[in-house]
Amino acid sequence: MNQPSFSSRRILRPVRPWFVWLSLLVALLLNLMPLGRAFWLPDWVALVLCFWCVREPLRVGMGSAFVMGVVMDVGYGSLMGQHALAYVLLAYAATTFSRRILWFGPLRQSLHVLPMLVGAQCVMLLVRLAGDAEFPGLEYFAGALIATLLWHPISFVLLLPQYRPENKDENRPI
Amino acid sequence: MASPVAGHSPPPFFRRGPAPLVRLVLLASASLTLIVVDYRLHYLELVRQALSVVTTPLQVAAGMPVAGVRSAGEYFADLARLQAENAQLRREHTELATIRLRQEQLDQENTRLRALLDMRERVKVDARVAEVIYAVRDPFSRRVVVDKGLTHGIEPGSPVVDDVGVIGQVTRVYPLNAEVTLISDKDQALPVQVARTGVRAVMFGAGSGTLELRYLAADVDLREGDRIVTSGLDGVFVPGLPVARVKSVDRDGEGGFVRILCVPIAGVEAHSAVLIMAPGKPVQPDSVLPAAAAPQEAKK
Repeated sequence: MNQPSFSSRRILRPVRPWFVWLSLLVALLLNLMPLGRAFWLPDWVALVLCFWCVREPLRVGMGSAFVMGVVMDVGYGSLMGQHALAYVLLAYAATTFSRRILWFGPLRQSLHVLPMLVGAQCVMLLVRLAGDAEFPGLEYFAGALIATLLWHPISFVLLLPQYRPENKDENRPI
Repeated sequence: MASPVAGHSPPPFFRRGPAPLVRLVLLASASLTLIVVDYRLHYLELVRQALSVVTTPLQVAAGMPVAGVRSAGEYFADLARLQAENAQLRREHTELATIRLRQEQLDQENTRLRALLDMRERVKVDARVAEVIYAVRDPFSRRVVVDKGLTHGIEPGSPVVDDVGVIGQVTRVYPLNAEVTLISDKDQALPVQVARTGVRAVMFGAGSGTLELRYLAADVDLREGDRIVTSGLDGVFVPGLPVARVKSVDRDGEGGFVRILCVPIAGVEAHSAVLIMAPGKPVQPDSVLPAAAAPQEAKK
């Protein structure tokens, strides 16, 4: 298990702020890819945002979520504030449960993430249906399921820069 | 004396800003304000345009790998298929050339006849070709983005057609591209008439790519396969553009109305080259029948 949890003895290096923002930017680029009406694709920004809120609640929180949400609203051309509201609520849940979630192994972590991601999508759905929009069909929720399955690989990839040892020292145990 | 600072909490060791719940309430209410202002008041178009300066380069960057894969696929496309397509286009070109030659003569004849009948001059519509770049990722609406924008002189409200019929209407213009709301969108209304009988109605999107004719009485003369064309009553769309074909007429609908489903004639959900026409000036209300004047409520 690479995941640092209660059962892991691995000590991680501190996260670099630029890496957090770079990962959010890459997630945004993945979201903005013009792939047509494929709604089953996961919301990468929500996933990466949720990850950093769980992992670094002091660094990434509701403020960053709001900014990312507004950018997403402009990029998607959706109702202004729709993504912002969903991401802010998602970030609140993720930062609140951060200590609890980190205690679990990767599989159970993703079980915690699933209701948060589905909840964020439900918020957007409610906002838009209140505005008399068209129901996109059940495949809309498939994105959250796929994102949940991606939680373990994503957390491995995003923690990779922190796994690297500072400098090798034969006499030091860690 | 319990403590020298009784009644005061000690200063925090770590400054973390306002408590999470306070921050949540602040930001959530800010988002809700944005939602209400955008949905009800439409004041945020300027903010959107300003922020699109940031997102447009990102979108272009994100589109590059997709376009690369697509053009690589086209590069390896079948030579025979391309040749067949080329031959077909050449044939169409010749056919259109004969029509074009006749059109000039017809135009002159039309002007003369109109002058004889003392009718209003029909305004010439100019149009420009645009390419649909991608479909908007918003799952709750049906819109596409085209590669012409403010800098190319595109105005909001312009009708968008393809080679066979109406596709939609420009609803939002950015500096370099524009957003077209398709006629299959639930919020898009289009004043139309039945080509066979001349019955006027309003066409709405009905979800899953179909269209619906609303507000027609149950005894309306309408059959499956009837062609629906624009009526031009809004003054924005030119009259007579093909829109849809009637798919089903359900006369047992509730409330005395008939439920008419139509399929669009144009390739509304297929994305290709489109024609953006200049929007006509809306007709003054006294020159049309008030009952038939259809609202254009697609400015969302």
